[in-house]
Amino acid sequence: MSADFLYGIEVIINGLMAGVLYALVALGFVLIFKASGIFNFAQGVMALFAALTLVGIMEGQVPFAHLINAVFGTSIHHFGWQVPAILAIFLTVLVMIAFAWAVQHFVFRHLVGQEPIILFMATIGLAYFLEGVGDLMWGSSIRTLALGLPQGGSIWVEEMTNGLGGDDFYGFFIDKLDMVATLVALVLVAGLVAFAQYTKQGRAMRAVADDHQAALSVGISLSYIWVLVWSLAGIVALVAGVMWGAKSGVQFSLSLIALKALPVLMLGGFTSIPGAIVGGMIIGVGEKLFEFTIGAPYLGGATENWFAYMLALVFLVFRPQGLFGERIIERV
Amino acid sequence: MDGAAPYVTADGRQIGGVLMDMRGITLRFGGVEAIKNISFDIREGEIRAIIGPNGAGKSSMLNVISGFYHPQDGEVWFRGEKRKPMKPYQVARLGIARTFQNIALFEGMSVLDNIMTGRLTHMKTGLLAQAIWKGRAEAEEVANREIVEKVIDFLEIQAIRKTPVGRLPYGLKKRVELARALAAEPKLLLLDEPMAGMNVEEKEDMSRFILDVNDEFGTTIALIEHDMGVVMDLSDRVVVMDYGRKIGDGTPDEVRNNQEVIDAYLGVAHD
Repeated sequence: MSADFLYGIEVIINGLMAGVLYALVALGFVLIFKASGIFNFAQGVMALFAALTLVGIMEGQVPFAHLINAVFGTSIHHFGWQVPAILAIFLTVLVMIAFAWAVQHFVFRHLVGQEPIILFMATIGLAYFLEGVGDLMWGSSIRTLALGLPQGGSIWVEEMTNGLGGDDFYGFFIDKLDMVATLVALVLVAGLVAFAQYTKQGRAMRAVADDHQAALSVGISLSYIWVLVWSLAGIVALVAGVMWGAKSGVQFSLSLIALKALPVLMLGGFTSIPGAIVGGMIIGVGEKLFEFTIGAPYLGGATENWFAYMLALVFLVFRPQGLFGERIIERV
Repeated sequence: MDGAAPYVTADGRQIGGVLMDMRGITLRFGGVEAIKNISFDIREGEIRAIIGPNGAGKSSMLNVISGFYHPQDGEVWFRGEKRKPMKPYQVARLGIARTFQNIALFEGMSVLDNIMTGRLTHMKTGLLAQAIWKGRAEAEEVANREIVEKVIDFLEIQAIRKTPVGRLPYGLKKRVELARALAAEPKLLLLDEPMAGMNVEEKEDMSRFILDVNDEFGTTIALIEHDMGVVMDLSDRVVVMDYGRKIGDGTPDEVRNNQEVIDAYLGVAHD
């Protein structure tokens, strides 16, 4: 096999793995949008906040240390202990559930029946509020996430595939972190699907996503389900935040990953979980392949910044509801 | 309460005491009074109809019973207790199931899944227990499934069990919605125009199902209907509403001969 062909395959594999990360972020959007019709602009910030909280708890940092010091004239910053990763993850999940409850209780409960644009605006406010809270709670410095996840290229894969091509081919380069991320994403999606299909709450969640009035009439509390989906979105955000954070450090630009999810959503549809996953893959592979075949050789590179949006735009023109989104039919 | 003693109907059904008692209900939307100081009761085991011309306030009344609307005045008594203002899902958990005039089903879910949602109020196993204690959740699912299958057999919809509801024709959707309400084993079943938009044959089927439900399970039913003929055949007692007022209450025969009712339906000459 020619080396170029093999490098093409490597690009596709890496694209798929990048796509998984995009899909992770998009998934959080879909969960909330499906159940409540809210386009949650704060999803990216939730990922940031979750990652910040995880790092903060692991390092034994005192939350709101700056505020406490300013008010009481103390100078505390750390508890002086380290929290094991598993326990820290568990605590972070609890924080995200508390956040979900607060969002429902203090914001969206008062906005029931409002126009979608109002709800969207509320999530923008929420995004910046949460960013501020994250800053105040954990500080604004860049952190590294020491979860002990493997990093760097997998030598094993490289050696295994070395013999496939000729002298020009040195084996596939695949980042171990991407492999872990893919695995975690698969487990997460399988878990979500099992939850939606086989539990009572999952059935109730699907019911609410389908018809609010009917859901009420069979005894489902909408606000309970909304807390549930925001909690799930919070957990998805945590996973996304950890994966992106491990890649590029936990810093405030992490919240911008939300922007990467937008073309995925346009492609996959706002209401479809398989759509978010497949959409993520298409964007991931598409932008890597475009960069490899056209971008780098002819356009001077860096096409990854805009290619996804272009692709989504073209897609929108021909299939506005996305790949798997519900068809929009207006009867006259 | 007049005539609250239990009795047996001509066709041998047992009618018990008062199940639901609406006392002086007044409902306003802004300046419009949709319901004006209406009182009536629903007795255990009976089929109670609410009829009236368009805009009489029948659906509003049903929505008050099921908690979708909250009256400004009046009391709702259920099983001998005054009911606090409740959200619709809380009312459903009390054992009051309903169908809608315009059908509110989960279009993307299968017929079976739709009817299973009717069992949600009966499922007790918590989220964590379902994850840890697989056996118990499964046992509960099986028990609920049995009841659902009984309802499916009863309403003769076995053939469409796995079909997504969105693909069903109107008449069958109405039947699935009834099935979902029945699956909850309600103490009171509210039907909002169960026969609206149906052809004669479908209406006959639906009438038969309503009578059978009442007869076999002893379910108390309150229904709204436009078709006078159907109402008179089905119901034990009828409330007649017009412009938000109650203008008649009694057996079908009593109501049929009530002058005010006749005027409301046929119109009165103004001179």
